[in-house]
Amino acid sequence: MEFFLQLLINGVSLGFLYALSALGFVMIFKSSSVLNLAHGELLAIGAFLFLLLSAWAGLPIVVAFVLTLVGTFSLGFVVERLFLRPLIGENLIEVIMMTLGLGIMFKGLLLFIFGGDIHSYPRFLPESLTLQLGNVQIPSVNVAAFIVGILFLIVFGFFFKYSNQGIYMRSVADNQPAALSLGVHVRRVFALSWAIAFLVAAMSGIVLGIINGINVHELSAIGLKVFPVVILGGLDSIGGAILGGVIIGLLETFTGGYISTSLREVVPYIALVIILMVKPYGLFGLVEIERV
Amino acid sequence: MKAFRGEPSIYASARPEDIRAELEVKDLTLKFGGITALNKINLEVHTGELVAVIGPNGAGKTSLLNCITGYYKPQEGEIRFNGENITHLSTHHLTRIGIGRTYQNIELFPGMTVLSNMLLARHIHSRYDMARASVFSRGVRREEIRHRRILEELIDFLEMQSIRKAPVGSLPYGLRKRVELGRALALEPRLLVLDEPFAGMTLEEKEDMVRFLMELNEAWNQTMILVEHDMSVVMSISQRVMVLDFGVKLAEGSPDFIQNHPQVIKAYLGDTATID
Repeated sequence: MEFFLQLLINGVSLGFLYALSALGFVMIFKSSSVLNLAHGELLAIGAFLFLLLSAWAGLPIVVAFVLTLVGTFSLGFVVERLFLRPLIGENLIEVIMMTLGLGIMFKGLLLFIFGGDIHSYPRFLPESLTLQLGNVQIPSVNVAAFIVGILFLIVFGFFFKYSNQGIYMRSVADNQPAALSLGVHVRRVFALSWAIAFLVAAMSGIVLGIINGINVHELSAIGLKVFPVVILGGLDSIGGAILGGVIIGLLETFTGGYISTSLREVVPYIALVIILMVKPYGLFGLVEIERV
Repeated sequence: MKAFRGEPSIYASARPEDIRAELEVKDLTLKFGGITALNKINLEVHTGELVAVIGPNGAGKTSLLNCITGYYKPQEGEIRFNGENITHLSTHHLTRIGIGRTYQNIELFPGMTVLSNMLLARHIHSRYDMARASVFSRGVRREEIRHRRILEELIDFLEMQSIRKAPVGSLPYGLRKRVELGRALALEPRLLVLDEPFAGMTLEEKEDMVRFLMELNEAWNQTMILVEHDMSVVMSISQRVMVLDFGVKLAEGSPDFIQNHPQVIKAYLGDTATID
């Protein structure tokens, strides 16, 4: 029973991290229908930037954290402006190939600068964050992941529901010409969705870095894991991304705990295949039916 | 039963300077590669006018509208709106200075209700920020009520009371066109640009639409420019007609003048000489 609870808690907190990284992915897909194949590298960029600022530059943790978020957010704008905006109006496949190229480039740059070793952050999470529930202990990292995940999802929920920019993003996702005719600055929406994607990816990169250590290969592999998450939840649904994240997180930890640790990494993709066959639009995805 | 028609107290009571719409297109040339879609087009639209642009398929009608609404950037020439050069302004900016449009193939948010579709057009007039909206403060509430009242006036006007809360995707084509018109009106545009507002409608739907457009123009003094294929409709509602053919302006004038213009007849029906 304790083992079960432990796995449950680990799974849920891991799931929130997946959800968070899937959020950035879904955002780009929703606003511009682009599958961002560089998503894992975005996680890695965030994690390494935080490493650079906190461990190597020796800044206080909070300052380093805020600077990382500001930095990745701005980097999102720069990348959009330099590499993706020139492709607006081109075929979608070209944009997707561009993200693939960008991903490989980022990965190469990170390997060049930081090498392929596993780095780790200085321990900075207060021990008081560690929760003791009966016989089950929840490590402070998982508590932090939980808090960060929920906090960000709430903030983004409000952002999408109530802020003008959020509503613009939703309108562009739904129908671009209509949004254009209503005075929505579509290019800004694209830029903003990339910036936000960079930011949330950095967030989840940092927390994943705390849990597993910071390694270019491992973090960029997580980019691939957003696919089962978003396919499960529906590619265009943010609520679905959250639930998909939690389900995949749970699947992983339970498989790892009860069946075999080597199966753990494969299970999300098995789920991906099954879901695609049974419910191709995902649990909450929009089924597109056109009335002609 | 005829629907109740409330007096449009907010919408129609705009001050004269708020509906001023003086559009001037000068020597406009638009090229796509080697094709000249528009060749030195001149057009003036004054406040309160209803101007129609007609022409055979591929004449460049929609291209002209797309230039005016900022979707295409012309290579040469100039478009001025109320004295301001708007040739290179982007679409979202043009919406804010008062140019609203509808599309030939309806562009709505199909999953949302008629009301939400129209509400979205009000965002350019909303002044509150996210923090105040999240707590729904008094000012926000007051503003929302004002937006809603304007929409209700438009819904009354367009006789859409019964479908107010219906998802747009479930509506028949003709009604969707009406919703799109309502949404464009919710922008409170000075100049309303309509791309084939009657395309694909049944006769009855066309008659309704004609009635709405006439009334908009006459009672509310809405300035409009529209592109249309249906000659009989165009001739009956517009004050001025411009004819395009292969990107060149053939003629411009009153409907009567156009109907008897030899070149226009030639463009539409072919050369009489070749028939006999």
